[in-house]
Amino acid sequence: MKQKKNISTILIYIALILGSVIMIFPFVWMLLTSFKTNAEVMQIPPTILPSNWNFSSFTKALDLLPFGNLYFNTAVMILLRVLCAVLFCSMAGYAFAKLNFKGKNALFLLIIVQQMIPGQIFIIPQYQMVAKLGMTDTMFSLVFPGVVSAFGTFFLRQAYMGIPDEIGEAAYLDGCNRWQTFTKVMFPLTKASVAALAVFTAVFAYTDLMWPLVANTNINSTTLSAGLSSLNGQFSTNYPVLMAGSLLAMLPMVVLYLFFQKQFIEGVAMTGGK
Amino acid sequence: MKKKARFDQDHKWGYLMVAPTIIGLLVLNVYPFINTIVLSFSSTKVFGGYEFVGLKNYIKMFSDAEFWRATWNTILFCILTVPLGVLLALVIAILLNAKIKGKTAFRAIFFLPMVVAPAAVAMVWKWMFNSEYGIINTIFHLNVNWITNPNIVIITVAIVAIWSALGYDAVLLLSGIQNISKSYYEAASLDGCTKLQQFRYITLPMVSPTLFVVLIMRLMASLKVYDLLYMMVGEGNPALSKAQSLIYLFYRESFISGNRGYASAIVIWTVLIIGVVTAIQFVGQKKWVNYEV
Repeated sequence: MKQKKNISTILIYIALILGSVIMIFPFVWMLLTSFKTNAEVMQIPPTILPSNWNFSSFTKALDLLPFGNLYFNTAVMILLRVLCAVLFCSMAGYAFAKLNFKGKNALFLLIIVQQMIPGQIFIIPQYQMVAKLGMTDTMFSLVFPGVVSAFGTFFLRQAYMGIPDEIGEAAYLDGCNRWQTFTKVMFPLTKASVAALAVFTAVFAYTDLMWPLVANTNINSTTLSAGLSSLNGQFSTNYPVLMAGSLLAMLPMVVLYLFFQKQFIEGVAMTGGK
Repeated sequence: MKKKARFDQDHKWGYLMVAPTIIGLLVLNVYPFINTIVLSFSSTKVFGGYEFVGLKNYIKMFSDAEFWRATWNTILFCILTVPLGVLLALVIAILLNAKIKGKTAFRAIFFLPMVVAPAAVAMVWKWMFNSEYGIINTIFHLNVNWITNPNIVIITVAIVAIWSALGYDAVLLLSGIQNISKSYYEAASLDGCTKLQQFRYITLPMVSPTLFVVLIMRLMASLKVYDLLYMMVGEGNPALSKAQSLIYLFYRESFISGNRGYASAIVIWTVLIIGVVTAIQFVGQKKWVNYEV
């Protein structure tokens, strides 16, 4: 019996290690390729390790793409979108969960319906609005579609629903008005959900490709994702440069992920269903 | 009297606090939604502006072979990715639920592709699937045109899509499995149930609500597939017109060719398909999802 258990544990390890290799190999291959020369990657049979560790593909990628701008644009866009989502979704989530006002149910129905409609259907008019304002290729256009979030409102309403009404009552009796009750008492209690929404918003903003591709076509004003795709178009045959560019683009998020791995996974798991 | 004062305060703050979100949604979603519907019945004029053309865009769409091919590709992509992807994720979740060391590390590894931009993911896989120098053809001694053969490239992109989403789905399923009370398993093993029976009669029914959520989510994401295809099958690829998905076709029509009216009809069709498929799932779930605890 004991032995049988050992064998199944070993099989589980083998399966998981095999799976991990499949998950990690593409990133290892990306790293190895980025240090090879273009001539070396076209050798048959291919080399595993680079015969010479050379950085020329990185300097070339840094030459071709304005990485400083791309990092800056992406970071500021993520920051602003997260701030907007946390602020506006918290306010609306609290109001929908804890306050009574006329038309609340009708307005909440709007949130639920919006949440179910795929975002692509909004993208042409959203682009036309930004274009009409003459705001394409700006930070405003990058943030624009992410200013409010039906999903985030719905998600944080759930969090406020989970807080007992007595806590709010006690704050009213202590002389807090609704806004003070919200900022001083209720909002701090939703920390875990707010963190989850922040992670979700950040990852979505970082990985989104179509909007920056449409709204910010200027390479200096766009995001890492969209910038990388233009490299793909220009240098579709120089794989070491493409791999070096990809590595540079993914590095900041992966480093953040390694540090806050638990928050990332739990945050995304909590918001799951979207 | 006091009650009324409280209601007034609720009223005031309620409107103030939902105002940014509601106004934002009206501008960002409600107006664009109506606008897209109007656009789908319009055509761009030469000197800018739009004119009403009735059902012309829809008639053009339904008689266009490229459109039907894109619809079929989208459905095929779902068939290729959803069942296999969710099944593999369930297997990984079950393995991660076993009593093993390094659980956190394994979980983090499987989840990794989620935090990498699809643009970067697509590029490295495109390189590995390269027909001449790619590592995949080399290792397996194959000679497959993974990227340029229009009949194969959908399978290639499906493989990458499954690989990308595996960890995310597994994390969701794992949290579903971990919510199952240990007492069920204890009772079952006292009654002499095998592991397989425990899986069939305890784990599977208890995790079915999570499984349903993952299934719906994966299906919606697959119906909207765009970024991996865009990166792996670019404008210069001869397979493009035969391998594109609906949203990719939508993107090309609206933002490359500038046919916004026609593109609007395509995106409305896509959203309708997503709606119908989701509705079917919700009806079908009654047969297999167990909500009793």
